[in-house]
Amino acid sequence: MIVVEGLAKRFGEVVAVADVGFEAADGRITGLLGPNGAGKSTTLRMLYGALRPDRGRALVDGHDVALDPMGALARLGVLPHGAGIYPHLTARENVRYFGELHGLRGAALERRIDELLEALEMGAFADRRTKGFSQGQKLKVALARALVHSPRNVVLDEPTNGLDVLATRSLRELIRRLRDAGHCVLFSSHVMQEVAALCDEIVIVGGGRVVARGTPAEIGARVQGGSLEDAFVAALSGDAA
Amino acid sequence: MTRAAWVVFLKELRENFRDRRTLLTALLFGPLGAPVLFAVLMNVTLERGAERGEEPVEVVVVGREHAPNLVAYLQQQGAAVEERPGVTPETASAAVRRRQAALVLVIPADFGERLRAGQPAAVGLHADSSDTGTAGARSRLASMLQGYSSRTAAQRLQARGLSPLLVQPVAVDLVDVATPASRALLVLGMLSYFIVFATMMGGLYVAIDATAGERERGSLEPLLTNPVPREQIVYAKIASAAVFMSLSLTLTVVGFAVGLRFVRLEELGMSANFGPEVAVGVIAVMLPFVVLGAALMTIVASFTRSYREAQSWLTAVLLVPTVPIIFAAIYQVQPSLSLMWIPSLSQHLAINGWLRDDPLPLVQLAASGAATLLLGLVLAWVAARLYRREAVLG
Repeated sequence: MIVVEGLAKRFGEVVAVADVGFEAADGRITGLLGPNGAGKSTTLRMLYGALRPDRGRALVDGHDVALDPMGALARLGVLPHGAGIYPHLTARENVRYFGELHGLRGAALERRIDELLEALEMGAFADRRTKGFSQGQKLKVALARALVHSPRNVVLDEPTNGLDVLATRSLRELIRRLRDAGHCVLFSSHVMQEVAALCDEIVIVGGGRVVARGTPAEIGARVQGGSLEDAFVAALSGDAA
Repeated sequence: MTRAAWVVFLKELRENFRDRRTLLTALLFGPLGAPVLFAVLMNVTLERGAERGEEPVEVVVVGREHAPNLVAYLQQQGAAVEERPGVTPETASAAVRRRQAALVLVIPADFGERLRAGQPAAVGLHADSSDTGTAGARSRLASMLQGYSSRTAAQRLQARGLSPLLVQPVAVDLVDVATPASRALLVLGMLSYFIVFATMMGGLYVAIDATAGERERGSLEPLLTNPVPREQIVYAKIASAAVFMSLSLTLTVVGFAVGLRFVRLEELGMSANFGPEVAVGVIAVMLPFVVLGAALMTIVASFTRSYREAQSWLTAVLLVPTVPIIFAAIYQVQPSLSLMWIPSLSQHLAINGWLRDDPLPLVQLAASGAATLLLGLVLAWVAARLYRREAVLG
């Protein structure tokens, strides 16, 4: 369960996030939808402790990220935007590194790694150094790494960027499986169709504020025309006005 | 060290041992390059110096027929006298400038006449004082001419019944107190510079990779989402750079200990005091400097925005520890307890002390180690503070 309350962040004169608040419940897929520069990444980066909020707070299973970062991070699996992996380590070693940093070790860790490598269909390249991996292969490594400690809450920042159709499909499949296993999944995207197809809850962000939130049906019902796309456009044009 | 820091440390080691560039700089270029370069440099310098002493002084003489006695004297003193068609009194300077001849001696037609008349007989010595390669020959020829002049003066005095000693009121007796080891130090003074440089080089790419490289790759942000205090990560990264620096240091010192055997210092009456005990001492006195260097490079690389920028900055940082050494060499700084608080200078003085076979007192060595280590730990702490800032993620 992730709770975000009144987050705000500015970089110099630029207000990246003015006021963002929402909840992402366990067993639900929550999508943070908005155009580029809306403040999605900044919000998520505050959520996983990379940035310090100017105002507001973020809670992960009740642990305040600012006050108890170690407690919050232990319950969080994060795939930052454009996450890089270590080219001189194999896929398995990359995943193992993060597992060890989460305090896992020995047979339990190896079992968990095998499990993930299988679930993400990484067997063919698990023991190759990741230098020269394709975009999709790299993403799988980064994803396995984020999930190695079986976090209750998973945050994915624009995970489908640069992925081909097949890789996108298997990623969606994985996100649904996480949801069905009771995880809280929060992911951001600027692609409306993707969010519509996958999410149980949608938070539309524009200009650093939440402009609409609810289930896809709820959001669509609030505007004339009734489609999510109309709602998306209405929300953003309203913001621009 | 916490378990998490240990995990980061081992991962950095593993990764860097697989990185060709890190390995080449840490284990090959520094440790092999520095001593080989040094040995070649020394041998060339020593060879030039040694050969020049025995070589005949080559001099082109114009107007030889005007002073057969003088020319005979020069030849007897070891000058190779040569006549060259085309070189005339008018073209002598130009010939030297064009490097057709190193030294041209012009003897005017009235030389013998003036000499017989007891008047100063002029000879022209054309040479280029900016050409350091012929400096030895030039001064030898000048002193030969001076010798001929003195001999002639003495003969004249004796012919008049006076003692030649009358015109030598002061006799200078030069006492050279240089020992073979201290004479070698002039050239070996550069050795500490090479050791410091190779040590820093060893950690250069590790420090860049662990900071600017990690950020550029986009792996720093995921790393910091692990529930591990950031200072633990920073300390582990500094430690891994320090490991590579220590490796480079050890190999370089061993390389010098072996390489110096091939420098023929003994031929010049010099000795290099660089046995196994000195090698161990050099490594020990350099270890605190390793901590300092690793922390310094980590801090600087953390400020840069890209791998390339980090490379440029760290190349400049490599030169920082050499500044005190250069000053020490120019001003011939003598070791004292108060100087031991200056890192890199204190290591330089300690290393030179051993090479000179005049080791620094233990209290000075301890001060050097303590001061350098303390500064290193302070810098490591500063680096850890830097990683608490969000700007570190770029």
